[in-house]
Formats: sequence, C-alpha cells, structure tokens
Amino acid sequence: MKNPTMLASGLVGISGAACVFAAQHGAGAIVPKSIGPREREGHKNPILVEFQGGFLNAVGLPNAGVDQSLIELEFAMKHCADKGVPVILSLFGGTKEEFGEVAKKLSTLNPAMLEVNLSCPNTASDFGRAFALDAQHAADVIRIVKQNTMAKVSAKLAPNVPDIKEIARAVVEAGADAITATNTMPGMVIDVATGKPVLQNKEGGISGYAMKPIAVRCIYDLYKTVKVPIIGSGGVTTGNDAIEMIMAGATAVQIGTGIYYRGIEVFKKVTEEMIAFMKKEGYASLHEIRGLAHRE
Amino acid sequence: MEKPIIATIEKSVDEAEEIRTIFIQHTIQAKPGQFVMVWVPRLNEKPFAISYLEKDVLGITVAAVGECSRCLYEMKPGEKIGIRGPYGEPYHLQENQEKGCTMIMVGGGYGSASLTLLAEEALAKGMHVKFILGAREKKRLVYVERIKKLIGEENLLITTDDGSAGRKGFVTDALRTLIEQGEKIGKVYTCGPDKMMKAVAELCTAHNIQGEISMERWMKCGFGLCGHCCVDPLGFRVCVEGPVVSFETALQVKELGTYHRMQSSRKEKL
Repeated sequence: MKNPTMLASGLVGISGAACVFAAQHGAGAIVPKSIGPREREGHKNPILVEFQGGFLNAVGLPNAGVDQSLIELEFAMKHCADKGVPVILSLFGGTKEEFGEVAKKLSTLNPAMLEVNLSCPNTASDFGRAFALDAQHAADVIRIVKQNTMAKVSAKLAPNVPDIKEIARAVVEAGADAITATNTMPGMVIDVATGKPVLQNKEGGISGYAMKPIAVRCIYDLYKTVKVPIIGSGGVTTGNDAIEMIMAGATAVQIGTGIYYRGIEVFKKVTEEMIAFMKKEGYASLHEIRGLAHRE
Repeated sequence: MEKPIIATIEKSVDEAEEIRTIFIQHTIQAKPGQFVMVWVPRLNEKPFAISYLEKDVLGITVAAVGECSRCLYEMKPGEKIGIRGPYGEPYHLQENQEKGCTMIMVGGGYGSASLTLLAEEALAKGMHVKFILGAREKKRLVYVERIKKLIGEENLLITTDDGSAGRKGFVTDALRTLIEQGEKIGKVYTCGPDKMMKAVAELCTAHNIQGEISMERWMKCGFGLCGHCCVDPLGFRVCVEGPVVSFETALQVKELGTYHRMQSSRKEKL
C-alpha cells in the first residue's frame, strides 16, 4: 500500500468505476461493497441519516450477486492496480456455506485479500443474528472461507459484543490472517415530528465521529490479544484519528463516513496530515508508532 | 444536519396526465438544477428536481410512476413529508455573454422542471432564452403556459413524437433547425430522458456549441456517501459531482442512454 488509508466497505464502492474513483482520490487500498451469493436490493430509502456525532446507516448489502459482480470487481482490480492500489474483496453470506461459495468465486480473481463481513448489523430481518456475535459461528465461517481461497483473509468483527477478544481469538485460530475492527454499532434515530424511525430499516449502524473511541478501544484490546495485523475502522476523519488508531495497534485504517465530512479527497488529506504529524513529532516510520499506547 | 425536515403540503396542481406539482411550505436556498430528497415516512425517499422556488414555498413535479411517487401525487394539502437538501451541482449560466446570444433550454417531459427554473434565472439576468419543449404526445406536455408567460409564445418551440401538438418529431429536430437557421447560441441546457440528452449533447458538440445536461440515476443518500449513483466509466457521483455536467463530461459517460443501475446495483439496459 502506498499509504495506510483504505476505502471502507459499504460506502462508495458500488461498482468498478466507483472504486477507481476513490483510488484516484488517494485511497491506499479499496474495499468494495460486500458481495453475496445472489442479487440483493438492500433496504429502501432512507438508508442514511445524520445525528449529532455521526451517521446511522442501513443500506442493507445491495449487490448484483457474485456472478454478476465479478466483471465489476475485475475492472476495479485492474484499474486500481495501475495506480498501485490493491483491492480487498468484501463478502457476506446468509449461511456459513454461502460464505464459502462466494469466497471461492471471488478467489478466481486472485484478490490481495478477502474481508469477511461477519458483522453487518442491518440484516437481522432476513439473516438473523450476525455471525460475529458468537465466537463459534464466526470461527466456522472463517474456516469455511479459508478452505475456499488461497487469498489472505480478514475477519470484520462487530463492536457490540461482551468480549471482542474472545471472538478475535476464535477467528485467528480458525485461520484469519487479519482482523478488521470494527463494523458499525447498532442504533436508531426517530423523527419527533412524525414519531417515526427515519431509516426505512428502523435501526442502523452508527458510523462517523461517535464510532472512533469505540473502535480505538477494540483495536487496543485486540492488539494485546492476537498477533495478526489489525485494520482499524470507525470514525477516521483526520490524520490524528489515523495516528490514534495506529497507536492503539492498527496496521492500516479504513475511511467511510469521513468522505462526507471532508470530501472524496479525505484519503489524500489524512495521509498528508499523518506525514505532517510524524515530521513534527520526529517519527521516521509508522512502525515506531504502532502500539505506542501499550508501552509503559 | 443530513436529516429530513418535516414540511406541510400547501397545494397540488395538475400539470398533465398523471403529473402534478406539489407545493410545500419550506424555505430553502437552492439554485436551478439542484435537487431535494423527499421522504414519505415509512415508505421511501426519492430525489426530485426543484421545479418552483419561491421565498417560503418549494415546488416539485411528480409523475405517478412508482409506489412512492404515486403516494406523493395523491397527497392532499396539510399532509406532511420530509425534505432534505438542496443537493448537487447546479446549472452554470454563462455570464458575460456576447450580445444577441440565446440560451436554449431543451426539455423532455417533466425533465423540464429544472430548466424552467433556470429560464427564470436567465431572464432575471437579462439573457435571451428559447425553450424547446418535447413530449411523446400533447397530454404529456408540462409547463406550457408557464413558459409562454415567461419568455413569450414566439420563443417556445413544442415538439411531440406523434404530432398531437407543435412540430411532429423530436426536440433535436427543432434544435437542428435553430442551428441551421443561424441562431446565435450561447449555451444549451438539457434535461429529460437519457437518449434525448445524449442526442442533444452530440448534436451540439458536432456544431461546437457548449452546454450542460442534468443526469438522473438511482440515488440513495443524495450526499455522496453511498456511491449508488456513480456512473461508468468515470466513477463520479451524480449526486455530488452532478447531476449537472458539461456535454464534454456527459459524452464520456458510456452508460448515458445505454444502461442504468437498479436498487441492487445490477445494470439494466435503457
């Protein structure tokens, strides 16, 4: 990666061209929207609403299905590779077997990595409880994905669990090569003038500013628990936010809602701010900063 | 704050068969070409071009084509909906025009909504405006009286595919005639079906005439986060970098007039 910022899955990366658009604006790696076994419309609008401190989203994993998506993803990978930007393919399934099936098909593209979305908080109505809420289920999914791919695998975990360390240990034992921490946090926004939840799905996942301390705490705990790289995700908007996550133990950071706060150029801005911080503080590499918060 | 503001419907006015403008008590600072997201609580939320803009009233023109638009179409005065916006890049009126230049609006069906607002702004700036208004048939023409009142009957050119009103044919036929007659054209603005806009952009480009189109794509958030309206192959977001783009940009959008994305993101041919 030419810089440690990635486009987070779920926002912007709807098509090959959209992924390349984010890469053109400075993202160091791209994670397109999650791909599932078959076409899925996602939720009706509104799918996003703002509150003081962040956004709430319930997009609902729209995608054209893995077979129809391969050509888009191939376009993204080819044109991002031209810019030196790797593409990490995100996937989901309704059952453990479906995760394996999708992983197998996506792996025909030889991606740099697969990110396993175990933790979408907005699909309980048709998928039931997210796999990431249970160590055994999460590990089973990772095991099946690993059996179906040669690519490295990152497990995207949920923040809303009693003990994220337990889930992380289980997925790493099952073969996860990295952990993405974390997905969004369940929430709800009600419009008081009408008395109705704003999102059509009623509940959604909290992203943006409010997510950052939650994600930082998860990353901090995970860094002590597992040896694999941690990809931080949740509320990164500035270079200092990214540095904070790396100090907690992250290897790279993902940005999603930050695109709203600072425009599609957010990746470039965050990278420049990180460089400025390191110069000012006299750090020569991110290696010196990683996990700094753990040192006595 | 990207959250719907609840507003009351003041009145609705029939524009054509199954097409109505609903006027909403809502104050907004917007420019022609921008759009708002209109929320029908617990049903859906859709983007609409602003078709009337007064001090404290906003008008959107609704064709009863889907579940959400039908619901809006049938709403009565006093009912409440949510409004967010305005969003997107507006039209750019060419300032410092050479004297005697005409701004041409080319509207197809209710796509003329944003152009009517633009024509008002151009007139207020002392520009000369001609309006080519097209529809499949007479009963689908909108804003005829409004445009006549605005720019005078002589500056409104109507075309219908079946010849039931105005000239039989397409808006591009009328535009070609204007060009061939040597009309001094400043800039051309178009909004309507994809294929129509593409034909207008191609015709103008072939004659070295500058202009802008206003694109329509499936939108979800409206403020550039969800990515659903990103177009091939440039990848820009119609809701932020558009909906108004130059002819030059529009003609690089290979999906214009060819396909669009559905709710899932699956491509569907137009």
